[in-house]
Amino acid sequence: MKLRNYALAASLAAIGLSFTLTAPVHAQAKGKQAQAQVAEQFFPVLVYRTGPFAPNGTPWANGFVDYLKLVNATGGINGVKATFEECETGYATDRSVECYERLKNKGGGATAFQSLSTGATFALTEKAPVDKIPLITAGYGRSESANGAVFTWNFPLLGTYWVGADVLIQHIAKKEGGFDKLKGKKITLVYHDSPYGKEPIPLLQERAKMHGFDLSLLPVASPGVEQKSTWLQIRQNKPDYVLLWGWGVMNSTALKEAQATGYPREKMYGIWWAGAEPDVKDVGEAAKGYNALALQHGAEPNAKVTKDVLALVHGKGQGTGPKDEVGSVLYMRGLISAMLGIEGVKRAQERYGKGKTMTGEQARWGLENLDLDQKKLDALGFAGVMRPIQTSCLDHMGSSWVRVHTWSGSKWEFSSDWYQADEKVIRPMVMLASARYAEEKKITPRTPEQCKQ
Amino acid sequence: MIYRENGQFKTSYAADQQIFPILQDRWAILGILAFAFVAVPLFADEYLFRAILIPFLILSLAALGVNLLVGYCGQITLGAGAFMAVGAYAAFNFIVRVDGMPLVGALLLGGFTAAAVGVVFGVPSLRVRGLYLAVATLAAQFFWDWAFLRIKWFTNDSSSGSVSVSNLSLFGFPIESPTEKYLFCLAVLVVFALLAKNLTRGAIGRQWMAIRDMDVAAEVIGIRPMYAKLSAFAVSSFFLGVAGGLWGFVHLGSWEPAAFSLDRSFQLLFMVIIGGLGSIMGSFFGAAFIVILPIFLNQLLPWLGGLVGVTISTAGVSHAEIMIFGALIVFFLIVEPHGIARLWSTAKEKLRLWPFPH
Repeated sequence: MKLRNYALAASLAAIGLSFTLTAPVHAQAKGKQAQAQVAEQFFPVLVYRTGPFAPNGTPWANGFVDYLKLVNATGGINGVKATFEECETGYATDRSVECYERLKNKGGGATAFQSLSTGATFALTEKAPVDKIPLITAGYGRSESANGAVFTWNFPLLGTYWVGADVLIQHIAKKEGGFDKLKGKKITLVYHDSPYGKEPIPLLQERAKMHGFDLSLLPVASPGVEQKSTWLQIRQNKPDYVLLWGWGVMNSTALKEAQATGYPREKMYGIWWAGAEPDVKDVGEAAKGYNALALQHGAEPNAKVTKDVLALVHGKGQGTGPKDEVGSVLYMRGLISAMLGIEGVKRAQERYGKGKTMTGEQARWGLENLDLDQKKLDALGFAGVMRPIQTSCLDHMGSSWVRVHTWSGSKWEFSSDWYQADEKVIRPMVMLASARYAEEKKITPRTPEQCKQ
Repeated sequence: MIYRENGQFKTSYAADQQIFPILQDRWAILGILAFAFVAVPLFADEYLFRAILIPFLILSLAALGVNLLVGYCGQITLGAGAFMAVGAYAAFNFIVRVDGMPLVGALLLGGFTAAAVGVVFGVPSLRVRGLYLAVATLAAQFFWDWAFLRIKWFTNDSSSGSVSVSNLSLFGFPIESPTEKYLFCLAVLVVFALLAKNLTRGAIGRQWMAIRDMDVAAEVIGIRPMYAKLSAFAVSSFFLGVAGGLWGFVHLGSWEPAAFSLDRSFQLLFMVIIGGLGSIMGSFFGAAFIVILPIFLNQLLPWLGGLVGVTISTAGVSHAEIMIFGALIVFFLIVEPHGIARLWSTAKEKLRLWPFPH
């Protein structure tokens, strides 16, 4: 009996302890919600701050939330306060769906969902049209959803994986001295074995057919810490280039394995999700020369918006994460993702009334008619970070400018000019895949007249 | 006082053999069913349906399947997720490749495919037992994970390995809204639970239990181990296959093999262990514990924090959720190793004596 009491007391103490340990820091977010009367725009934030992908998911989430705080600190969206709530998904599809259901009706209705997971995007693509909430998948998601006539509610803004793969092949061709030099070259794709990693395969196969290079596909099981056999095959095949489609621990593991097998890092090219600080930091000097795509932006410690966040959010003790992370690659990606959502709302307000709360449907119109020219971007503090982006009914991507950056051993530095994906290659593939989806789902693509509404 | 069967005389074999011989139990079950079919759709909101009730119903069905095999026949399996995947992908292929295939037809055919696969992967059970069998069934998990990721035919040549279905309907009625989906899952679950209960009360269930308790003795009294074990695998996989189909079609709508990973197999095994091995009721308790509790904790903690005026960070909530959940599993296993179902039957025993215990 005594033992039982002790055990009970101990477990209670443990629970209490876990509370006190987890309690601190973020005491500010909710307290402000009490001020009523102000119009509010609710942004659900699906994040993963735990689990194997947390090192990459956390900076993204911090950037996202910090931007919303920055918007509020500078007067809101034309006076409308941006509210938000986080929900932890752990990069699992079923928890993402649960979070989606939990948040979609909160705070007067969700404006737009950004799941930061291609698997979750696939599941939510089926749900969003029913609930009339747009899905913003900036730099991820399903590639064919760039066709907004079929995928009315999906917005793969800035770029899809087909864009990424296309640009990588262009960059390699440039290095080799022309597309005709690619013939007979061996290119290996090392990819995360999930919808995310498989997205680029159709485009690479298409390009392989066009230029006659030899494509081999090496899947890595999630989360990607076990890659010995993969790199053994690379050592045997000696490919000319390795494309890395990894996320989280998979990237740093791949770089360590490349070092162990002696594969030159200069010949490794990562997607924009495999090109951030957490991927290379642990490897440090050994990752020197490794290249990755930059989804327009890279690490931007000197951008105006970064300084604004430091001054107006972190400077007031309201920063979400550590201060030194502000301006890092994934932090900027989250920040830009939030900005795109906010700008969509702003654009919608121009049509439906300034200073009002936008519904998901109205925000969708805003996102579809997004027109951020250089002047607007400069005013927002994104000068040098981003290029203009303009969406339309048929083009939900808005822009496909990509650069390559290279790890110098201590920081990411741009190492190429701007590239743009080849529309002649991608557009037919998008149309074909989206038409197939429309047929499967019995969706009638919107006509240009319906688009104008 | 209330829960006593005094005065309820049984005058026929049928009355003696019914599922719930006690009148109060029959009323309670009828009440629960009426509540689930009528009251819940009236009052539950969309979040409750889509995020909690539908997953709970489907995973209860899967847990039932695992319980038939692990709890009743004593064959430990770690391939449950694979059989769910087989059911889901088979149903998907039937619906995509056969014109005019009705939803129920596809789900049942998916279940039968899973049953056939289950029999094949159940063959090692004739030679190996216990933990060794668990390892052998892992083969099913890895094989089917691999197959659905690599063999494009199974996913109808989808570029990313993710498949999706929509526009579900049943005899012309659409299954689109959360309420419709909930009622559909509930109806399937009720039918299957009745089936499972009757199977376990009949000759075949007794054979399974005999094999579970001592297979040599069972063989001596004339039970064919091959027939008993493989039938358990078949029935269990059938349940799992149908559950997998529902999970993909009704709950997710679009899924990839990761939805049926090894984690799912473990989750199902934990459900039956925590809920109660060899108990139909236990499958429901286990599913409720594993599905609902983490989500409940995840929402309770910020609310509790709000009460005392602190905001807990998202990561903090997530960590605390895992810690408390783990602690509760240990707690239940120590307090009642036979699962929550045993706690339930102890409670019923106590209720019979209430309010005058000896």
